[in-house]
Amino acid sequence: MGGSMEGGSLFSRETQALFYNYKAAPVQRMLDFDYLCRREKPSIAAIVSPGSKPGGFRKAFFGNTEIAIPVYGSSAEAAAAHPKADVFVNYSSHRSAYQSTLDCLPVPSIRVLVIIAEGVPERDVKVLIAECKKSNKVMIGPATVGGIQAGGFKIGDTAGTVENIIRCKLHRPGSIGFVSKSGGLSNEMYNVLARTTDGLFEGVAVGGDAYPGTTLSDHVRRFQDIPEIKMIVVLGELGGSDEYGVSEMLKSGVLTKPIVAWISGSCATYFNSAEVQFGHAGARSGNLDESAASKLTALREAGAICPTSFEGFEPLIAETYMKLVESGELVPKPEIEPQMLPGDLHQAIKAGQVRKATNMVCTISDDRGEEPSYVGVPISEVIGQSYSVGDVISLLWFKRLLPPWATKFIELVLVTAADHGPCVSGAHNSIVAARAGKDLVSSLCSGLLTIGPRFGGAVDQAAINFRNACDSDTSAEAFVEGLKKKGLRVEGIGHRIKTAENRDMRVELLSGYAKENFPSTKYLSYAETVEGYTLQKANNLVLNIDGCIGALFVDMLSGCESFSDVEVGEILELGALNGIFVLSRSIGLIGHALDQKRMKQPLYRHPHEDVLYTQPERPYKKSKSDPDSKMDM
Amino acid sequence: MARKKIREFDGKRMIAAALKRGIGLDLLLKIAQVSDESGSINKENLLKLYPWFGEVPLVVKPDMLFGKRGKNNLVLLNANVDQAVEFILDRMHSEVEVGGVTGKLTHFVVEPFLPHDEEYYLCVQTQREGDLISFSCTGGMEIEENWDRVKSVLVSPGDEFRSEEIHSLLLSADVVQADAPLLEKFVAGVYQAYVENDCTLIEMNPFTIDRSQNTPAILDVRVEVDGYAHFRQAKNWSHVVFPESWGRVKDEDERYISSLDEKSGASLKLSVLNPKGHLWTMVAGGGASVIYSDTVVDLGYGNELGNYAEYSGNPKEQETYLFAKTLLSLAVVNQDKRTALLIGGGVANFTDVAATFTGIIQAIKDVKGKLEAAKAKIFVRRGGPNYKTGLRLMEELGEEIEIPIMVYGPETSMTKIVEHGIQWIETGV
Repeated sequence: MGGSMEGGSLFSRETQALFYNYKAAPVQRMLDFDYLCRREKPSIAAIVSPGSKPGGFRKAFFGNTEIAIPVYGSSAEAAAAHPKADVFVNYSSHRSAYQSTLDCLPVPSIRVLVIIAEGVPERDVKVLIAECKKSNKVMIGPATVGGIQAGGFKIGDTAGTVENIIRCKLHRPGSIGFVSKSGGLSNEMYNVLARTTDGLFEGVAVGGDAYPGTTLSDHVRRFQDIPEIKMIVVLGELGGSDEYGVSEMLKSGVLTKPIVAWISGSCATYFNSAEVQFGHAGARSGNLDESAASKLTALREAGAICPTSFEGFEPLIAETYMKLVESGELVPKPEIEPQMLPGDLHQAIKAGQVRKATNMVCTISDDRGEEPSYVGVPISEVIGQSYSVGDVISLLWFKRLLPPWATKFIELVLVTAADHGPCVSGAHNSIVAARAGKDLVSSLCSGLLTIGPRFGGAVDQAAINFRNACDSDTSAEAFVEGLKKKGLRVEGIGHRIKTAENRDMRVELLSGYAKENFPSTKYLSYAETVEGYTLQKANNLVLNIDGCIGALFVDMLSGCESFSDVEVGEILELGALNGIFVLSRSIGLIGHALDQKRMKQPLYRHPHEDVLYTQPERPYKKSKSDPDSKMDM
Repeated sequence: MARKKIREFDGKRMIAAALKRGIGLDLLLKIAQVSDESGSINKENLLKLYPWFGEVPLVVKPDMLFGKRGKNNLVLLNANVDQAVEFILDRMHSEVEVGGVTGKLTHFVVEPFLPHDEEYYLCVQTQREGDLISFSCTGGMEIEENWDRVKSVLVSPGDEFRSEEIHSLLLSADVVQADAPLLEKFVAGVYQAYVENDCTLIEMNPFTIDRSQNTPAILDVRVEVDGYAHFRQAKNWSHVVFPESWGRVKDEDERYISSLDEKSGASLKLSVLNPKGHLWTMVAGGGASVIYSDTVVDLGYGNELGNYAEYSGNPKEQETYLFAKTLLSLAVVNQDKRTALLIGGGVANFTDVAATFTGIIQAIKDVKGKLEAAKAKIFVRRGGPNYKTGLRLMEELGEEIEIPIMVYGPETSMTKIVEHGIQWIETGV
């Protein structure tokens, strides 16, 4: 048996815990229970998150309001700041439960240690049991849901939902002590006790391991010393010999309170004996029989009240309870209204009880299911069927799958516009930022932020202009002269060095692709008519790459039979074409930033001799008292 | 189950490796395992694999996790390679009954035969209060008759097994003075091997001293390890196999669920008890599942119980689906009369009932036609987080697929549906 278990209850309405390894759900469940019970203080004093720095906190609801629970990096620190917390609730994994519990054992203010994890090696658990015994501390678990003192203190997930806690009357104390191995059955039995008695006083699930920190008989012994407990209910199971501890205590007279007990596992005889092994290890197998029937017989002979089946357990508990009430030994504890909790929004939505307006709407992707999807296309299909970058752009930007000739065109544009050397505004800015020691994202953004009406923005405007003019049958001359009259540039026309004789190869290749693959190149033809007109004015007023891309994009959008005229107009107005340029040029800008960083280039400083310094005559502050003083100088 | 028995072949290799590593004691172990996996069983092949089969007399034993092989005439001593091969071939795949359990022999262990006089007994076993180390100079087949000569000492958890303790243990067991130093070293090393490998049992009955090489020789050993320690024993246990217990043969469906269980963070267990049974259970929770089976047995219908099945630890929807589908496919095989399917459970602490039911519902839809053919009626009882939604989904399913589904919540006693299920298979009501 574990440490000294005499002397009654482990918990009270003032009990506070250190919660090791934060888990949102059990923390909130503990605090919800506290509020139902009208506890003054929440039952969690602090959270221990190994390695975390001091000063942090976690939020949780205490009734209607949120509270901040302080977080500490070690159990010792947390205990020093919260010396009244005497329960250690350990939610770490089976791999680290041993060390974290061992670390907490020397903390003098901690009396009870609970290990939730299943699968802690036996060798480690035995050390913890021995250490607990030496320092007179109580360990519950491993492999347990924990335990509860009705109306007082609840460990972690014990007793489940708020609704269940109220149905089981666990928000106020009753008169029954209950102990079992299984956490799930404990909760079942809390329901049974609520139906048949004035309810639970204290309940513990010791856990299903071979060596639980405290055993069934440890807790039964403790229940004997708790005056509020008038009747003890035990649910044992086959395997192990712990139940014999209870029958021995009954025989020796240590236990005097009525004990109603059932041992599960009578079905074992129907299982092939090879399948279920409950044997003792070792050459000298134990003298004690570990079957359910033998343990039940021993308990019955020692004076425990035992049914003949689990179905008979509930009526027998009711009968025993009623006898205690009739004899006056048990005065039923009063029913107390719980302090009702406000409904939880997430649970209410899940249960379909409330509706709530959303704050955001998204129509292009979804990350809620088994895997993310793009406009309903699961990501596995995107990978599995080798969707191209163009396909993904058409899904996420236009919410449809464009034909292959169109997505291929998008990719050609992306490739074509990726970089234009280090001297253009965007690349220059990225290079300067990178050389100033800024990170990659800052360097990229520095370049991207130059994109606008003068740098890279011509594509958008060219597309809109060519489309409007072409659709309204405006002649090339009227189009060009109309813009000129308004003082506007003809976007998409003109090049620094290229001429009618020395064509831009990029324009040639994109046009060639379009003419071969597009169903129509109406807008490109219109742009070429405009070029024909402007070339009469000067030899370098050719259709440039911006104009070519702009016109062809309109051809693509109009020719793919996916968009109405209004939709094409909207796509252009929203700046989708600019988006293509931003996306494409980001490739180059990242390249420049990486290039500079790789070469460890120092801070860029523009040379003096490259700046024309010219300033107006210097101004002077005007004095109120002497407005003309400057004139005197 | 946390504790796992391993074969003598693996146990001896584990101990020998630990002795060499820990205290530099080399047992000069020669050992072979013969099974279907080790290649064809004939003299030529075995001699190629193990040349020493032709050089020394041999001991051959089945290596099937059961003891008392000597008493059951399953040990071949002082044999040559021809006799060894014949012994194995005669018994391979044959059925034998040992300890009340019948099973097939599939693995044999072969070692050099060592003539010896002394038979020592050494056992290290886990107890709540520590590790109990027992030693006797009169080991062997008659150990139980000589139990009063076995001396024991308890090593407390976390403590060392001090040399003076070992010395007085062996002294109390009347060890011959001349052999004491070697025996003390060996006992210390075995305890260290036990600790380092997270064993819960090492029982040697017997071991002896090989006088020709002046080393201890383990003649027979049982080893159990703590399965919970798997996460830190990957290296030490890399070659260790964890077989099913003696007589336990898993069918394909049970093996499939085992593999799901191993991969999952949740628990998924299935045992087929009677493929022709008409009561099939799928119960949430390790504790509750036993009680459902108990109730079937207590009501006198143990022979109708088709299976034992348990799921817990908040399994994922997909895992519950695969689990339910496997179980249902077994339940609908026998269509000779009515079938009852009990989807039971207690009031969950934290498992999302609706989420687990979604997987089960999909599986039920998949086998709808067969459920009808088996005249199945489904009984559901469950409570816990989100249980109302879960129960409603089950009710809606019943209406949709026109298979009767009775649904109960936490206000009904947990095992009530067992009575209902029995009533259905008996009377059709």
